Amino acid sequence: MDPVALHIANGLVNAPVWLAYLGIAVVALVVCVKRAGRDLDERLAPMAGLVAAYIFAVQMLNFPVFPGVSGHLLGAALAALLVGPWAGALCVSIVLIVQAFVFADGGVTALGLNIGNMALVGTVAAYGVIALLLRVLPRTIAGLSVTAFVAGLLSVVAAAFGFVLQYALGGVAPMPLGWVAGAVGGTHLLIGIGEGLITAITVVAVARVRPDLVHALRQAGWRTPEKAPVAVGAGSAS
Amino acid sequence: MAGGHSHPLYLDQSSPVHRLAPEVKIVASVGFTVLMVLTPRTEFWAFGVYLLLLLGVAFAARVSPWWLATRSLIEAPFVVLAVLLPFLGSGPRVDWLGLSLSVEGLLGAWNIVAKATLGVLSSLLLAATTQMRDLVLGLDRLRCPAVVTQIVTFMLRYAEVLAAEARRMRIARISRGDSPRFLWQARGFAVGAGALFLRAFERGERVYLAMVSRGYTGRLPALYGPGPGLAQWSAALALPVAAGLVLAVAAGRAVFMS
Repeated sequence: MDPVALHIANGLVNAPVWLAYLGIAVVALVVCVKRAGRDLDERLAPMAGLVAAYIFAVQMLNFPVFPGVSGHLLGAALAALLVGPWAGALCVSIVLIVQAFVFADGGVTALGLNIGNMALVGTVAAYGVIALLLRVLPRTIAGLSVTAFVAGLLSVVAAAFGFVLQYALGGVAPMPLGWVAGAVGGTHLLIGIGEGLITAITVVAVARVRPDLVHALRQAGWRTPEKAPVAVGAGSAS
Repeated sequence: MAGGHSHPLYLDQSSPVHRLAPEVKIVASVGFTVLMVLTPRTEFWAFGVYLLLLLGVAFAARVSPWWLATRSLIEAPFVVLAVLLPFLGSGPRVDWLGLSLSVEGLLGAWNIVAKATLGVLSSLLLAATTQMRDLVLGLDRLRCPAVVTQIVTFMLRYAEVLAAEARRMRIARISRGDSPRFLWQARGFAVGAGALFLRAFERGERVYLAMVSRGYTGRLPALYGPGPGLAQWSAALALPVAAGLVLAVAAGRAVFMS
């Protein structure tokens, strides 16, 4: 597993701000449970658990960015596309909670901050893009690819700026905010391009074989994809 | 299925800390972390005491300091941020070895390194001494909403299966000559991720139907054993109580000095 984490640690942001974010995260999770339960009823726990495990497994797979540098998927846009915004945000939050308690990745007092950025801001940005672009773009595999790419890219950049906002509200040391925004935004723009590409290829791979499993397509009223289902390269015949 | 009950940070051994009930360990770890994070950063001695407290727990749990030190490298990116702060911070500056450093930046960097490190050590000690299913049981006994603990339970059961499947797919890809080094070669990876989702979802549907046919109605049977006694609570709560005393002294001194 990648030994380096980029989840916010303890002590980076002052107490009023992390307490406020913790409160926001709790309220948002309650809403997510209610809304996701409406889609999934008694299937909620098994299916949300499965998607959370999937995000977790995908996060363990590193993909190359440059020789020696690898990134991993955050998965907020992918989850929003595949299971919808409510279940998606819930699953990403659960992954973050497990990572904080079981893998010491991300501070316990920073849980609200991490959920705020990666699960809430990331999902809102991704789902905004999905809701808009799937309506505007042609209903083709190409349209779905562009939607997923932009959603993945913007979810990462928006989550990064969520951190910049938190640092502006309660960072422990004054730093030129332009510098923070430039450094964090710049690196996450690169990460976001990777996230967008992989989100797009992954969703298209699912949509070609079982479009009925892609929540965003059901929501947008897609019937069938433009091409006949083809076997996915890595093998769907198991 | 033996998998899914252990995790990479768990140290399979016996110690007084391992034998404590999970909920008292969770309360102790989270309580300690919150009190430590609230400590004023200029009370440097307090963080030394916190470190000694954690080393005491590590000794009781038979976790070696070396194990803790290597595992705490996880927070390295924040150390990089902390190193930059003294150079980029604003306000009054001091000269040190010919470098002009911001006082406020130095304090901020100290705050991040000290609190992030102690927080990671506290979490590592919890993870090293508690199995996954016990963590979930502890959260459940602490009245964490059932929907959350259920999702976590399912997630942990599926995670190992899916991670193993992902590993097999990766080996299959590499053994067929795929050797990606650049981002634009990540197609094989992404198509694999899509296939993994399909396999996972279809497996989930099968498992769900099997559960329904065995009477699942949206709740899992509770696994209640006897809760921890007073002795366990008082042993585990010694850590946050000690941290609370340190915080009280530190906050008192900080108010008195200002």
